[in-house]
Amino acid sequence: MRRVRTWLPGLLLVAPSIVLIGVFVYGMLGWNFRLAMTDKHDEVSEGKFVGLENFLGIWDLPRWHISVNHAIMFTVVFVLGALVLGWFLAFLMEKGIRGEGSFRAIYLFPMAISFVATGIVWRWLMNSGMGERAVGFNRLFDAIGLPQWQWFRDPDWGMAAMALPAIWQMSGYVMALFLAGFRGVPEELREAARVDGCNEWGVYRHVVLPLLRPVTLSALIILGHISLKVFDLIVAVSGKQIITDVPAVFMWVAVFDSHDPAKGATIASYIVLSVAIFVIPYLIWSVRKERRS
Amino acid sequence: MRRKMRRPWVAAVAVTMASVLSLAACGGGGGTGQTAQPTAEGGGKKQVEVFSWWTGPGEADGLKAMRQIFEQQNPSYTFFDAAVAGGSGDKAKALLQSKLQADTPPDTFQGHAGAELQGYIKAGDLEELNSLYDELKLKDVFPSQLVDQISVQGKIYSVPVNIHRSNVLWFNPTVLKEAGVTAPPKTLEEFVAALEKVKAKGKIPLSIGSEWTVTHLLESVLLGSLGTDAYNALFKPGADWNSPQVTKALESFKKILSYAGDPQDDWQPAAKQVADGEAAFNIMGDWAYGYFHNPPEGGLGKKSKTDFDWAPAPGTEGTYLWLSDSFTLPKGAKNRDGAIAWLKVAASKEGQDAFNPKKGSIPARKDADQSLYTDYLADALKDWSSNKLAGSIQHGVAVNQPWLASINEAVGLFIGTKDVPALQKALAEAAQANAQ
Repeated sequence: MRRVRTWLPGLLLVAPSIVLIGVFVYGMLGWNFRLAMTDKHDEVSEGKFVGLENFLGIWDLPRWHISVNHAIMFTVVFVLGALVLGWFLAFLMEKGIRGEGSFRAIYLFPMAISFVATGIVWRWLMNSGMGERAVGFNRLFDAIGLPQWQWFRDPDWGMAAMALPAIWQMSGYVMALFLAGFRGVPEELREAARVDGCNEWGVYRHVVLPLLRPVTLSALIILGHISLKVFDLIVAVSGKQIITDVPAVFMWVAVFDSHDPAKGATIASYIVLSVAIFVIPYLIWSVRKERRS
Repeated sequence: MRRKMRRPWVAAVAVTMASVLSLAACGGGGGTGQTAQPTAEGGGKKQVEVFSWWTGPGEADGLKAMRQIFEQQNPSYTFFDAAVAGGSGDKAKALLQSKLQADTPPDTFQGHAGAELQGYIKAGDLEELNSLYDELKLKDVFPSQLVDQISVQGKIYSVPVNIHRSNVLWFNPTVLKEAGVTAPPKTLEEFVAALEKVKAKGKIPLSIGSEWTVTHLLESVLLGSLGTDAYNALFKPGADWNSPQVTKALESFKKILSYAGDPQDDWQPAAKQVADGEAAFNIMGDWAYGYFHNPPEGGLGKKSKTDFDWAPAPGTEGTYLWLSDSFTLPKGAKNRDGAIAWLKVAASKEGQDAFNPKKGSIPARKDADQSLYTDYLADALKDWSSNKLAGSIQHGVAVNQPWLASINEAVGLFIGTKDVPALQKALAEAAQANAQ
């Protein structure tokens, strides 16, 4: 009886969230995977089990290849861009800048804006009009003599342009992560390195950066999963066009325009799996680390 | 010890109960928020929930005018405006989908007349309206080709309120004059020649917007190249999209598209290029007229015939490539009688003549009051009663939603690849999968 008394209250406290997450996250995930393995290609049919047919068949669609390539390009540019810029901003802050508090707030502000609002502003900034018709960046570039560009309408590098607003929005957050990381490196370690004859660059290269590895990993995971699911930013900037298609937009079109629930569920499953590739190693790593300490 | 243990117990139970209760409250709240409405209001009036995507300038005014007539004629009902913003109803349709799947339909909803409604019909969401058509003798007042083209196996499921035209060539007379083009092109060959002349002058020959405007261009080119009967036959079961005629049409499409300027964000900036004299031509539906003509704030305030002018898209003179907004009667509507009362207003001469001059479209009825329609709309009204009819692809008349999604995808890919055989193959596959 006493045993029960020790664990039951705790269990009751978390029970509602366990039930809710069980139903609305894992239950829905399972339901989605099951739907993806049926031939329910319109809303009215029953849907027979077809195994992995949809998962394999989708690779025959030219559009799927385009959207996957777009997602990869977007992810690489966005994650690297936000990491590098965030790291650099944190580095500047850490070097002791006057009015650090206000700079920190300014860099963090974009995070308070939704991707949709960001997208609508950047749609104008990245307008592809050139010459007389240029607005936004192209107008600015024209004025200062830089070459104009098609931005997100560029057939090859458009998705790299699409990553710019996302970098703008998230690099302040990465900065905050790194800044906390920098501050967590004990001054004694730096002193010790300097005493051993390390120059300032060497201190960062050999002492601070290795200690920042966990922060970098968390940032990578957070940015990576945002990036692979990106939907709102793309729709706000360009709508559902093939030239900026990504899996999440393709999924929307499959469900609401093509009225093909199985296809939509298949794409959704691939998105979940791709995010899992990022998240699961992180979970394993953090569990192991907790055990160790 | 005992006393001490009691506390967390009580707390845990209390918290659990509280969270369960608040969840239930959330659920309930969310539910009523979603369906937001049809409870009887004070005075015993019953609400009629009318679901549309008419929130923009012009169209919202038109809806208001129709609402006034409805409330005058039906003092026992109040009108509940469940409009969802967003051009061509993308967001509205997604919300509607979830309402229908939850079996909580609005009393009546807007949909493009024609094949776009097939999905709802197949899912058993709509009631047929043949008896209403008979009661109001609508088959006599709507053009018979229109009634044919919106019938599904002899049954009609919606009441068209207005008619828009898709195959309109908008042009800038000044730019054409400078380029030495004396009259708007009447065939696709003349069109290409005119585009070439404009290109030589350094202006944008043809302005385009986002990808759907290119599908819009495609339907006019298909109609212009194939002719009305062959175009209409494309949407019958077993139609041949692999024919050399279609290949020829798609080759023309590729040629014409090669004269297009940089894609704009949507149809408005593309139309604006013509109005501003940057571009010569734009093929867009006649909703562009309101945009050109209306005073600033909702329009460009341009003068018709001098700042902009129009003609049927090349090769399509004598054919009205139409689309129409219509209202339906969902099965399980809470206020079915109210919905029918609304449909009667929407079908009436009075209702259509109140709505259309404001929306910038023409009535589906042949007996409209002609004095209300001036300038472009007068032209359109004249053509509507005399032309052959063909249904729009992009705007839901000729093809159902999955078919349209496939066509849009094929066109989107084509913009990148410019690969005519691949486009034709994709169009043929889309037709085979969806024609019925």
